[in-house]
Amino acid sequence: MSGLSQAQQIAHHSDEAHATSTGISHNKIMMWAFLASDCMFFGSFIMTFMVYRGKAAGGPRPQDIWDIPYTSVSAAVLLLSSLAIVLALTYLQRGNERAFRIWLVATAALGLMFLGGQFYEFTTFYHDGLTLHSSLFGSTFFVLTGFHGTHVAIGVIWLLSLAWLSKKGKIPPSRSEMPEIAALYWHFVDIVWIIIFAVVYLIPYKS
Amino acid sequence: MAQATATQQGAQYRRSVIWEWLTTVDHKKIGILYMFTSLFFFLIGGLLALLIRTQLAVPNNTVLGPSTYNEVFTMHGTIMIFLVVMPLNSAFFNFLIPLQIGARDVAFPRLNAFSYWAFLFGALLILSSFLFGAAPNAGWFGYANLTTLPYSPGLNVDFWIFGLQVMGVASIASALNFFVTIINMRAPGMRLMRMPVFTWMTLVTSVLLLLAFPSLTVGLVELMFDRYFGTLFFEPTAGASVVLWQHLFWIFGHPEVYILILPPFGMISEILPTFSRKPLFGYPFVVYSGVSIGFLSFGVWAHHMFAVGLGPVPNSVFATTTMLIAIPTGVKIFNWLGTLWGGSIVINTPLLFAAGFIGMFTIGGISGVMHASVPVDYWQTDSYFVVAHFHYVLFGGSIMAIFGGMYYWFPKFFGRMLDDKMGQIHFWITLIAFNMTFFPMHFLGIDGMPRRIYTYQAGMGWDFWNFEETIGAFILGASVLFFAYNIIKSLRSGEIAPADPWDARTLEWSIPSPPPVYNFAVVPTVTSRDAYWEQKYGSAEPTDAEKENLNPSPTTVRGIHLPPPSYYPLVAAGGLVAMAAGMVMHGGGLAISWFVVAAGVLVLTFGLFGWSFEPNH
Repeated sequence: MSGLSQAQQIAHHSDEAHATSTGISHNKIMMWAFLASDCMFFGSFIMTFMVYRGKAAGGPRPQDIWDIPYTSVSAAVLLLSSLAIVLALTYLQRGNERAFRIWLVATAALGLMFLGGQFYEFTTFYHDGLTLHSSLFGSTFFVLTGFHGTHVAIGVIWLLSLAWLSKKGKIPPSRSEMPEIAALYWHFVDIVWIIIFAVVYLIPYKS
Repeated sequence: MAQATATQQGAQYRRSVIWEWLTTVDHKKIGILYMFTSLFFFLIGGLLALLIRTQLAVPNNTVLGPSTYNEVFTMHGTIMIFLVVMPLNSAFFNFLIPLQIGARDVAFPRLNAFSYWAFLFGALLILSSFLFGAAPNAGWFGYANLTTLPYSPGLNVDFWIFGLQVMGVASIASALNFFVTIINMRAPGMRLMRMPVFTWMTLVTSVLLLLAFPSLTVGLVELMFDRYFGTLFFEPTAGASVVLWQHLFWIFGHPEVYILILPPFGMISEILPTFSRKPLFGYPFVVYSGVSIGFLSFGVWAHHMFAVGLGPVPNSVFATTTMLIAIPTGVKIFNWLGTLWGGSIVINTPLLFAAGFIGMFTIGGISGVMHASVPVDYWQTDSYFVVAHFHYVLFGGSIMAIFGGMYYWFPKFFGRMLDDKMGQIHFWITLIAFNMTFFPMHFLGIDGMPRRIYTYQAGMGWDFWNFEETIGAFILGASVLFFAYNIIKSLRSGEIAPADPWDARTLEWSIPSPPPVYNFAVVPTVTSRDAYWEQKYGSAEPTDAEKENLNPSPTTVRGIHLPPPSYYPLVAAGGLVAMAAGMVMHGGGLAISWFVVAAGVLVLTFGLFGWSFEPNH
């Protein structure tokens, strides 16, 4: 090392350190920027839903088909999954890779439960006569919640992939940032659901 | 035998050069790909413009029938915006941003390559519509419910939807990349307020892309669901409002025009100081006004909808915000004038285009601020006055600035100078022909000539100017061909360019022309704005970076590792466009369409997983 000039040392160092201007990694900043964009994406769908809120002529009305207790349980399951992923990360950062994997799989399982619950819920709505083309309520409801569900599904695949990678020893505590970024995404998807649940299900419709 | 071997070796060399470009993750190569692709599409968009002008040269003309005319003006607009100005801006982002901030590449080199391939494939998808006689024909803004299935039963709108969606993915990926690169990869000492203005404008543009495109994406998704899955988003009989489309589109569409103009603002802000031989006047104001334009651009969208009937309160609010956004724009004009004032002006092609830009963009800005007044807009909207306005800001503005940027940065990209005498001729012909073509459109608009009409009656008082504009347009077309000739000739035999032909101010000029693959042998430490000017003429001792970067020693560069090439970005982009093309096929009723979509999903998934797991150090 001492034989190299200062310039050579700087060249060598700046590659090794991969220093960033903010001190935060590229991947994490990209995830935050992506989530900002995704906010606008869901925001536009929610805006569409709000503009058309209550237009259910020709099909079942929301208040006729909701099962709020059921959907609340489903929402609680998704919220619990956010807790599960926090636990997973904490265990990883404390060096317990096995517990990390268990809670990661638990998060994915809760996400799958949420999706299963949605699948069941949508099937009952369909049998009640709510379809993509029965009314604007049908169109906006299924497209908004469908895109949210797709985001959850992508998250589940991501989490299970991480669990598998961890099993192969590719995620030691020093590399905890990768699952941390997945957790950011997962929390975002959860927050979007809280907004959807409130705006779509909970706020009363005019009779 | 020796000949056969030489041919074999020649063939292998040729294949490996193609493979090198298909798998490159080098931002400089990707920038060059964007540039030549966009210039090619510029010729296509220009050809469509000449078709329009030919049809409108005389009243009751029969060169283009009404349906073909609809396709021609829709594709002219769509191509010029999405296939020319946006990717030309991208070409400059790609090539320049790492160089201006003292970095060796962008934050995500493979994502960068993916952006290019997705853009190219999306562009080819939308252009392929011509081959099927089904080019998009509902305007570049695709208003519902003209674009719903009952009123647009053909594939035209489907090509439009899916082409835009694929290119939208490319844009968002690019925006993520440049946002992270600028925020996170600046050389030591390059604080935000020491960055070149072009870098600042790229940062603001990236934020606009991230926040505005989703609105378009959602509108396109809803339209697609209506057309393919029978939803009712834009079905008035179900209680839907077609105004919703307009809101979703223009919430994207207005920031989009700032996406088109802010990078050119950045280019002008670099060119003027160099050729005035003094720093940019009021750098902080130029930066803050750029940021505030970005912010305000989300608050003006309904000025595209004044005649829709939103009511006096919304109209007044948007009129006010639109007038407000003229202020930071005006601030910039004054700063540019202040930069020129008192400077030792060097008259060359980049400076001429920059000066032309200031004049032409100001005219476009003035007509724009007229539109901000609601009662005035009631007269001007949907008339040729608007066509004049946006061509002044988009051609007189964006394109002239981009041309200036090409003359300015060509030496850095290619190591050769563009012929300046030819460039000055190019400028003057452009300026004159551009004004011949577009200035009289102000008159035609005031005289009542509507937009998007395929012909007009004689005796409306429109004949003379329409004919004159057609002449102007053909001269403009010839000037573009003249420029193309300059580019080709200069690439082959232009004067070899030194690292710093203009005695410029920013870091990209501190390394050879063209730059070595690693850009900087030694990452510079920045101590002020106009970092390279400071290096050249500042009082501090020359640093190792300055000594090494123009002429690096082999031992210095030996330790530099760069990301290896990859074919996964190309594969992933291919999968994405296969999904889109499959959907268009489904619209066309082809049975294999679902197979194509499924194959696309598989290829995309394979591409994404391969990308995630390949070693990238």
